[in-house]
Amino acid sequence: MEILVCVKRVPDPAENEIEINSDGTDIERDDLVYSVNEWDNYAVEEAIQIRDKVGGSVTVVTVGDEEADEVLRREMAMGADKGLHINDEVFEEADGLAIAKALKAVVEKGNYDLILTGAQADDGAAQVGGMLAALLDLPYASLVNSIEVVDDKTLKVGREIEGGNQEMNEISLPCVLSIQTGINEPRYVGIRGIRKVAGVEIPEMELSDLGLSEDEVAPKVKRLDYFVPEMGEGAEILEGDTEEIAEKLVELLKAKGGIK
Amino acid sequence: MSREIFAYIEHHEGVLDDSALELINAAKKIDESANVVALVLGTGDNLNKACEEAAKTYASVWKVDKSDLSYPNAEIIRAMLVNLLPKGSICLIPHDTFGIDLGPGLSVKLDTPYVPDIIAIDKVEGDKLVAVRQEFSGQAHTHVECDISSGAVLTIRPGTFAADESKSASGEVVDKSGDAGDVEVKRKFLEVVEAEAGDVDITQADILVSVGRGIGEEENIELAEELAEALGGVVSCSRPVVDAKWLDHSRQVGTSGKTVKPKVYIAVGISGAFQHVAGIKGNPFIVAINTNPKAPIFQVADVGVVEDCIEFLPVLTEKVQEMK
Repeated sequence: MEILVCVKRVPDPAENEIEINSDGTDIERDDLVYSVNEWDNYAVEEAIQIRDKVGGSVTVVTVGDEEADEVLRREMAMGADKGLHINDEVFEEADGLAIAKALKAVVEKGNYDLILTGAQADDGAAQVGGMLAALLDLPYASLVNSIEVVDDKTLKVGREIEGGNQEMNEISLPCVLSIQTGINEPRYVGIRGIRKVAGVEIPEMELSDLGLSEDEVAPKVKRLDYFVPEMGEGAEILEGDTEEIAEKLVELLKAKGGIK
Repeated sequence: MSREIFAYIEHHEGVLDDSALELINAAKKIDESANVVALVLGTGDNLNKACEEAAKTYASVWKVDKSDLSYPNAEIIRAMLVNLLPKGSICLIPHDTFGIDLGPGLSVKLDTPYVPDIIAIDKVEGDKLVAVRQEFSGQAHTHVECDISSGAVLTIRPGTFAADESKSASGEVVDKSGDAGDVEVKRKFLEVVEAEAGDVDITQADILVSVGRGIGEEENIELAEELAEALGGVVSCSRPVVDAKWLDHSRQVGTSGKTVKPKVYIAVGISGAFQHVAGIKGNPFIVAINTNPKAPIFQVADVGVVEDCIEFLPVLTEKVQEMK
């Protein structure tokens, strides 16, 4: 099975506290630790497991600047066979649809049976996979948390729905699936694995290579700013040294029925 | 001329989802004078019941009755909405596991802008809509703008708009089944597999010590268990802990886990993404322990402790044992 996985380089949620810059045009990007979007990492692991079972290859693609190369290499160190890097300044302002159009062009240059994306990324939009499927006129399922290859034309996929229940579907290949975290246990990538793929050539593509014009990828939805909303008072923050705080908290818990 | 805005109504066994009463207020926020139409798709008696209910809130209800809609397969529904919706429609959908499945592709097929997971409408000026969203799991807010003159597909985060409980409409139900057409799709719904019950039922607990990503490592869960034991509570968690397989899925609080209603909820190393907070009901006393004073959890908590939970939990457990 030929599998394409779409990945994104994002600030690592485990390593960063997100702050907004002084003029509200962006988040503070200095000193941020970046990594591959968590959902995408599960998608790549799933692709590798499917390939190892039924054969074929796994290609990882990203739309991003120079630095985005590192997430492709990370996923190749995990076991993806090939990388593709769409690198064009025009995508700095891109909305989800523009990214989906770029990915559509990549899909049409290949011969993929299965296209995976993460269910969502840092902007929480959960949109690119569904848009890509619609642009390609392929069947789609989102929030996929299990995949079983039935035969070379059909998959049985589980979708995570409310309450932790699972919606089972049969879906025809080729198709697009967005992958939910928890579907598998992504393998560990060591520094040695990354070194092994450090020299591998990763083809880069610009807008013109995709056969797209700037107009076609101009954003329909624009982010105007980042801001901190005026919130209510929020929590009363307990002050003091650790012992004092713990004592204050125990008193509060006693009063609120938090100790049986 | 007032706009026509469509609201996709989710329903289950004839009962409307909470979002059904919220979307009308989101629509009114976009255009106070809008003609808001409820889209109710399904089949049989359950569909009729849902339409009757929707007509108490919406002046106009479009009903689509198809035998293959006994379960809401987003692939079928998307194709039918493309047949059904007039050009230039604004369509509101709840941002949940169904809306995420339906919305992005629908916007492509209708050739309209798509704004997902809206938490507020800032303003509409002419054809320009400015909405509020969150990024980075709620750590940053943004205004986003799009032109709605050719329509729009907007998904609305459940719980962010007030429900219209007035039941003041006596709407007309129009059967649009013919216009929806018959569609063939390449995804077939098979069944819903219910979540397995775990060893502990967190939905019945009065005191929950809930751990998130900030707990750091699997072995640190023990620190939360010790605190829970001292308090007479049980340990629950947020999604990353289940994804890492440190705790069973039956312990997860949130939209993709359990809805809990304890008296006291102690969130340990949990940032407070909306999918998690949405699972905490019944207005408990919430304590947040987190190193990041800007974590969204502090906005919903009653009391906050800005400390590293791995250092703080043993101290707290000791004090509980001493002082209780």
